[in-house]
This record gives sequence, C-alpha cells and structure tokens, in this order.
Amino acid sequence: MDIAIRCRDLRKVYDGKPPVEAVRGLDLEVRSGECFGLLGPNGAGKTTTVEILEGILDPTGGEVEVLGLRWSGDHAGLRERIGVSLQETRLSEKLTVEETLELFGSFYRKGRPAAAVMEEVGLTEKRRAWVMKLSGGQRQRLAVACALVGDPDLLFLDEPTTGLDPQSRRSLWDIIRDLRRRGRTTLLTTHYMDEAERLCDRVAVVDHGKVIALGTPAELIASLRGEHVVEFAVNGDAGAGAGAPGDSGGGSIAGAPAATPAPLDPQSLLGVSSVKSARAESGSILLTVDEPHVAIPALLERLGREGHSLSRLTTRHASLEDVFVALTGRHLRDE
Amino acid sequence: MSRRHPFLLLVLARMRELMREPEVVFWVFIFPILLAVGLGIAFRNKPPDEIVVGVVDTAGSGPILAALTPAGGFAVEAVSAPEAAKRLRLGKVSLVVVPGARYEYRYDPTRPDSVLARQKVHDALQRAAGRADPIEVTETLITEPGARYIDFLIPGLLGMNIMSGGMWGVGFLLVDMRTRKLLKRLIATPMRRSDFLGAIMTSRILLVLAEMVLLLVFGRVIFHLVIQGSLWTITLLAILGAFVFAGLGLLVASRTARIETASGLMNLVMLPMFVFSGIFFSSDRFPAAVRPFVKALPLTALNDALRAAILEGADLPSQIGRILVMLAWGVLAFVVALRIFRWN
Repeated sequence: MDIAIRCRDLRKVYDGKPPVEAVRGLDLEVRSGECFGLLGPNGAGKTTTVEILEGILDPTGGEVEVLGLRWSGDHAGLRERIGVSLQETRLSEKLTVEETLELFGSFYRKGRPAAAVMEEVGLTEKRRAWVMKLSGGQRQRLAVACALVGDPDLLFLDEPTTGLDPQSRRSLWDIIRDLRRRGRTTLLTTHYMDEAERLCDRVAVVDHGKVIALGTPAELIASLRGEHVVEFAVNGDAGAGAGAPGDSGGGSIAGAPAATPAPLDPQSLLGVSSVKSARAESGSILLTVDEPHVAIPALLERLGREGHSLSRLTTRHASLEDVFVALTGRHLRDE
Repeated sequence: MSRRHPFLLLVLARMRELMREPEVVFWVFIFPILLAVGLGIAFRNKPPDEIVVGVVDTAGSGPILAALTPAGGFAVEAVSAPEAAKRLRLGKVSLVVVPGARYEYRYDPTRPDSVLARQKVHDALQRAAGRADPIEVTETLITEPGARYIDFLIPGLLGMNIMSGGMWGVGFLLVDMRTRKLLKRLIATPMRRSDFLGAIMTSRILLVLAEMVLLLVFGRVIFHLVIQGSLWTITLLAILGAFVFAGLGLLVASRTARIETASGLMNLVMLPMFVFSGIFFSSDRFPAAVRPFVKALPLTALNDALRAAILEGADLPSQIGRILVMLAWGVLAFVVALRIFRWN
C-alpha cells in the first residue's frame, strides 16, 4: 500500500519567551486514498503539523516525506501535487468566485477549468458573485475549491467546517466524502469528533503535540471496551459538594431522618456486569458498557439496594469524544 | 478553456480589485484633481489686492487721505490710534500712517504685504507732495504659463500620488494579505513569487500612468498647463518613481504582521517627504544646511525631476543626479526587502 505522508519524530518549537513547543515528537503515516483525520482540541498542534506537511513551515526537528518526496528536495514539483485549504484564509473580497478559481488554477501546470470545480462544490450559481457576498459555508466551499483546482494527489483541509452552521457543515461533508469516493487522499484536521467519525477512514488523536491514539473511528471507540455510554445521576449526588440536595430531592421523603446513602463512588460500579469503565463528570456518572440491556437492570438493582434514587438516565453510542476524555480526562472543546 | 499565464491573471486580479474599491478610485483619481482645483483657485495668479492702509484719524490726516486714492490701489481706513494698532496686529491693515510734522510708518518688516505697502504709500505721499521722478520708465507686463503656482503644483501632486500610491498600494496591500493569511495561501500553491511581486509592480505602474495622464490632461485643459518636456521623459520618470516607492512599500511590509504597525511605519516614511520634498512649496525654502538631506530624499528627487521635465523640458541625461538618487533608494529598498520578506 502506498504511503502518502510519513513523518517521524516531528518537532516544532516557536521562538518566544518562553519558547512554545507546539509539536513534540509526532509520528504519522497516511495511506494513499484514505481520508485521514487529525483530531484534537485547539492548541494541540494540529495546524502546525499540517503546515509543516504542506511545506509552509519548517520543522525544528524530525523527518517529513510527502508523496515520497521531501520539501527540501523537490519543492516546486510537490507544490503541483498538493491542494491546501488553510484555517481561516480570507480570499480577495472583491474578486468573483470564478475569477478566484481561474487565478488559483493558473498557478498549476495541470490546473482544472474553474467551471468543473465550481460544479463539484456547488458554487456554479455563485460564479459571478464577489467573495464578500458569500456566506460562511460558501466561502469555505470556495476555499476547498481553491485546493481542488490544481487536481491534487493529496489534499490538506485544516478545520474545514469550523464555525459553520449545521447545514453548511453537512454540505461540506458531502464534498469531502465525494473526494474520498474518487480515491483522493485527504488529510483533515478537526476538533469536531462527529466530523472525524463520519468522514475519516482513520483518525489520529492529537494532544499536546503528540499522537495519543490512532486507528479507525470504530477501533478507537472499541478501545473503550464498551461501545455504549450510560449516563445517569442520583439524587443527592447531583449536587455533590454544592450542598443543595433539596433541589433534586423529588423522590425523598422530607423530614424523614432516614440515613442518607453514602455518596456514590464511580469506581465501585466497575463490578456491575458489562460495565467497562466509569467516571464522574459535572454531577453525572458516565459508564461505558458493552451491553446496555444487561448493564442497566444490574445498575438499577444496585442503586436500589444502596438506597440511591435515580434522577436521570440516558444511553448513547460511545463517540470519539469519549475516547478523548478517556485518554486525557479533558473534553475536546475545553480549551 | 482559456488558459492564461498566472502573471497576467495576477495583474488582472489586482486591477479588478483596485477598480472595485471606491476608496481607491477616490484617492487615486479624484483626490488629486480636487486638490489641484482647490489650490489652483486659492492661489490663482491675480493682480495684487488693493493695499489696505490705516491712517490715524487726527489733525493733519487730510492730505494723507487725499493722496491715497482708490485709483492708486489703496483702501484707506481712518481710525483711532489704538484701533489702528489693533488692526495692524491682526493683519487687517498692512501699514499704519501716523500724521504729524514728520509722518510715521508703522509696519512689520517681515510681512511682504507691509513692505510693499510702505513703498507704495511712501511713493504716493511723496508724489502728492510734489516729488518728481527724474527717470522716465515704461512697463511691459508679462504673465506666462509655467511660472504660476498651479504649474508648480501639478508635478508635485503627481509625485505625491506616486509616493502614497506606492506605499499604500504595495505596503498596505501586502500587510493586509499577510493578516488575511492570503500570502500564506498563495505560497502554498506553485505560484512563482516573482510573478506575484511582478504583478503588483505592474499594476502599480499601470495605475501611475493612468494618474499621470489624468493629471496632465486635467492641468492642460483646465489650467492651460504647458508641458515643455517630452512625454517619454515624463513617463519614464513616473515609472521610475513608481518603482522606488513600490520598493519602499515592500520594505515597510516585509516583516510587519499588523495593519496598525504598517500604517504607523508608512506615515513615518511619508510624513517627512510630505513636508520637505517640495509638493506644495519649493524645497529650496529650507536652510542651506539641511538642503543636502532634503535633496537626498527620493520624493524630492522625483518632484524636482518631474518639474524640470514638465515645466522646463529637461531631458533624462540632464537629470542624471536625481535619477541616481531614485535608483539608489529603489534598488536598496528592493534588495533589503526581498532579503527579509516574510511570506508566512
């Protein structure tokens, strides 16, 4: 299998006081024809990594090979073969969509006609509109179109849907899936776990400048050893620490000096059948479980036995977000 | 499919952007014309205004008032002594005459109008008292285009526009593209950087030429400006000016990451030249000690060269000194700017 991108022990330190270590020994291998996602919170080093791979930034250390070539070797040749959409590029406001694409197309030896690319990203109707008149989603589609106009072998999309409304995101996803179907290699970065899950063949989870997990979305979720999440809260515990049990005391009998059950320790639930992991989070307890139909009755029985009354319970499929939280203890969007 | 060269498309894109920007059209084409019209009217050549003289209204003022007639070009105000002093201080009168056994002239010798008024009043009073001029003269009056203020101004405005156009049109443009990450986006394509910078230069030169034609035609039609030099000479000087200030714009933009910093730097570069380089008044007015520095400024060289070409018909070889000053600035600016320019 062809390797489109390979990097070893990639490092980047930005000068400053103090110097910022954006990438700290990152290894990556992207295969030809796959859609590969770099998933991580803001500041994880995704953009720095991508810009090094794109030949825009020089790494402080490590080795980079793109399409089997090195940036120091065949810069011009490599430029012809990659397409780039940077995070938040503001293209010239007073050029039309068509003019912009013709301009970008002219830079490539095998540039494609603007019309074909506009068709591909659904901007044909807007061909004569100035960039300043486009909506956020249309601008982003134009940015992707500028990356496609050189007919690249490898496509880099840095946060292609950040800040877009759900409908615009979905229309961009369609475009990216379409590229995937036609066998183009795509590297995209995102801090949206649903985006990575839906679009990417494989995902590298990046945190603090390193890859902390790698695999298909399904593999990563399976690594939780439970593909479902059961999230619940019990009375008394919901406000644990805040000392306001009265707020959630719907089920308890007021005035009864009955023994308040001991606060629930998430780790004590690991014994419940089918529960693979447990953690507390903002007043709730989250369990990852193999089989909800086994775990939930067992859980209810256990809570009843210990005198906890349930105030809320939901279940859902585990997501890459859960993977990230399991790995780092933080949420993707925390920072 | 019409595949065109990236250089041509870059020039085309730049020109389209400029023409679609109302502010650019105003500053580049309308502003200099407005300035020329305004200043041309304010400083139009006209016969000297009548001379306003204050005469202190006491005994003995009668013969003075009789001698200073409107026909002689005088406007006389007979006022009290304190009032006369006040009007002189405020510049409402050029001269105050105090009657007496010996007339007293009160005036400020640093005011040209006062000095002129003193001569004219003195002559008129002496003649009225019977002085005869021993030599007879005849006067031939000549008012020639080329010596008027508007003639001086139009080459200066052209030079000024070449400077600010170059600084803004290159410096500001590049910093703006950098803050928008558009520079970074462009270098992520196989675009040749020489095509990109060449296109910016070319669009600058096209714009300068359009400005030049506009200002010269306007000056010719409205103010009857007489263009003595060859259009080729003027055109080459304008292109050289465009090159110099594009270089300085590039230098200002080479590392600047913020628009505010860029504006500050550009004003720092341009402000001294606005003052010293002879846009609105001749740079020869500055003391001899600072004149070598003033002459070494690129805009002084450009303005002087344009003026010599337009008003005196000077050719390029006769202006080699000014041309070398401009070339030195331009080449130095480009070499340094391209060496330190930050694309990402």
